[in-house]
Amino acid sequence: MRTDQTRMRVLLAALAALALTLGVAACGSSDDSSTSGSTESGEAGAIQSNPDNGKVSLTIGSKNFPEQEILGEIYAQALAAAGYKVKSALNLGSETVALKAVKSGQVSGYPEYASTALTSFFGLEPEEVPSDADEAWEKANEEFEKENLQAFEPTPFASANAVGTTKETADKYGLKTVSDLEGVSEELSLYGSPECRQRIDCLAGLEKLYGLKFKSFTPVDIGLRYTVLEKGQADLSILFTTDPQLSAESDKFVILEDDKEVFPAGNVIFVTAKKVAEEAGPDYEKTILQVQEGLDLEVVQELDARVELEKETPKEAAKAYLESAGYIG
Amino acid sequence: MIAHLPLASFAGAIEFIFSPQESNVTGGKEVGGFDKSMELLIKHLEVTAIALAIALLVALPLGLYLGHRGKGEQLAVGLGNAGRAVPELAVIALVAVLVGVGLQNVAPVLAILGIPPILNNAYVGVSQVDRATVDAARGIGMSETAIIRKVELPIAIPTVMGGIRSAAIAILATATIAPLAGVESLGDFIINRNVYGENGLLAGAILVALLALTIEGSLALLQRRLTSDGLKVKTA
Amino acid sequence: MGNPLVIAAVGEVGEGFIKERDVGDLCQAQAQHVFCLDWARENLDRFETPTVQHLQIVIPALVIGFVVAFALALLAHRIRWLQPPLLAATGILYTIPSIAFFFLLLPLTGLGRDTAIIVLSAYTLQIIYRNTILGLNNVPAAVKDAARGMGLTNRQILWKVELPLAIPEIIAGLRVAVVSTIAIATLAVLISAGGLGTQMYGSNLTFPTSIIIAAAIVMLMALAFDALLLLVQRLTTPWRRAVPA
Repeated sequence: MRTDQTRMRVLLAALAALALTLGVAACGSSDDSSTSGSTESGEAGAIQSNPDNGKVSLTIGSKNFPEQEILGEIYAQALAAAGYKVKSALNLGSETVALKAVKSGQVSGYPEYASTALTSFFGLEPEEVPSDADEAWEKANEEFEKENLQAFEPTPFASANAVGTTKETADKYGLKTVSDLEGVSEELSLYGSPECRQRIDCLAGLEKLYGLKFKSFTPVDIGLRYTVLEKGQADLSILFTTDPQLSAESDKFVILEDDKEVFPAGNVIFVTAKKVAEEAGPDYEKTILQVQEGLDLEVVQELDARVELEKETPKEAAKAYLESAGYIG
Repeated sequence: MIAHLPLASFAGAIEFIFSPQESNVTGGKEVGGFDKSMELLIKHLEVTAIALAIALLVALPLGLYLGHRGKGEQLAVGLGNAGRAVPELAVIALVAVLVGVGLQNVAPVLAILGIPPILNNAYVGVSQVDRATVDAARGIGMSETAIIRKVELPIAIPTVMGGIRSAAIAILATATIAPLAGVESLGDFIINRNVYGENGLLAGAILVALLALTIEGSLALLQRRLTSDGLKVKTA
Repeated sequence: MGNPLVIAAVGEVGEGFIKERDVGDLCQAQAQHVFCLDWARENLDRFETPTVQHLQIVIPALVIGFVVAFALALLAHRIRWLQPPLLAATGILYTIPSIAFFFLLLPLTGLGRDTAIIVLSAYTLQIIYRNTILGLNNVPAAVKDAARGMGLTNRQILWKVELPLAIPEIIAGLRVAVVSTIAIATLAVLISAGGLGTQMYGSNLTFPTSIIIAAAIVMLMALAFDALLLLVQRLTTPWRRAVPA
């Protein structure tokens, strides 16, 4: 999903990194005290530790599911490598709780999906959410600024809710798109998170915008979204497009195409208070944008797989990503 | 400032119980209110009652019988101790993943949590009845079951009811985290605070506490009723 | 897709980062798995911090609970009419489910360990208080009379005669309190107080291996504390056998 803007930025960053590398190499092996906690000099793209940042304390938050926790860890570890004092608060809850935490100063910032921000915070209808990542970000940022908040630019990857089912069920009822559920949904049970009932990008949207009625809706923890399908308890379940199970077990699970675009995809934008960003200095935004460059769909699915399938901790997965992409040593 | 904080929250929670509030999540649907609170309260009672009934069916006859025979002390007491050590969160989580979500799966598991106190106390209550009394009853020709029913049980009522009360409260408490396994109860307000907000969270806690105290009080009254006058002792 | 220089220089994950995985081979990825020994062996260290946190909640709670309940019992032993109301008061604290109690205190004491400790202490009060009173009440009057006859003051009778004789009951109550507290402390995760519940909740809610290991540690801890208390009782009352709880 890289636009020309992004490519330009990437190219400039690369050239800057190259210049920095050459500069450091030229200066020779001078005192290393300023690079505590970061990589050996010479690694282009690596996060440089800035001693000035040590005066700033940051608390990085996230919502309470694995993908969010991984992102939170990535940002937290990256900012720590940049020299900040970082704490993490990775189980804030839903987006309303998370936003409250930012506004109250409990956390410095957290990663939000642009689509969620637009529909949940700013009351947009799903079809009003721009499908272009930068447009969505700009629109969200406009609204955030009114509340003295700020959102940094988006990640390469995007995630969306999706109606999922087993291959057998899809074949049995001939389901390819969500609209195919018309006339059939009354016989089918739907399982989703408890807040799904209220969300326009979940059950509320399915009822209002697709006009579907289901035999039943059962709220379950999102960790069980595949279990209930496998056990045959759920005919349909709300899944996420970045789920590792969709590629690893593609013969078992399918998602129905969102033909009426009720489930907008959202790139992740880091939401923070303007005051915090100012006090933290330029490295705050720079590090976050820098470290999320490598997060395309495949990489995020891999990270999700490590945490949800292999049961690694988000911390471990984040560290592996940062090291593999050369951000930290 | 700090002094205002707790009062404000409690007022908000009381409001939540009685009138619907705007939802935390947009979609514009309202949450809370009297109807919803009552609905979840009834559901909470339902699952507690069903699980308690199952536990009674299984543990009470067994405990009374074992106590009467004086056998199986290890089992009854050991189970009582072991039951106390089992973390309810683990049990609920495991049933949700391994067996399935929903009432039909959760109720039996809740019942299992209630079996140890009932079994333990039934055994202890009956086995501690004075053997001389039992022998006297046998001497006048009572059948074994009659002895249990008419001699041992009435004497053991305080202890046996104590076990039933413990079981009821333990089941009611675990029913609060039953939403994790897809069973609706007052715990919804607490577990799903994403939907119900902070007021809902506190409202849930208040309702669960009141419900527990009511059930305990009712069972205590029942115990008083069932205890024959000759046995009523003051204090502990 | 862009300048090759760009790809090499800026955050692209290394080769082999994206793994090919066969879910069938991964024990912990199977929704139906019950226990994954390999994962358990490799990740046991994950349970260290939660275990320490668990103890950091349980031990203060038990100490505070014991001290308060014991003091109340001594008071009620002297001032008899206090016994029913104190029993009722501690009974209320016991009956209120701990989860509810956690969130009732939340507006007052906030998230974290302190709230957990307060709630768990309150929970232990009834059993320790009741058993202490019971133990003291069960001391035969004849023994007290004999002691008085030997010239002991009331205070000496209490500390040298009544309490030692009441030890088995007191410890019986303490054993129940300890086991219950260790189990209930798993719920502290709900108010961000840490503990072994963290390995049973959140993403671990649907991961049986983690739940089972954490539950096993909880029960082993309870067993250990229980055995320790039994030992204390044996050592302090050599003339008596253990009293069933």
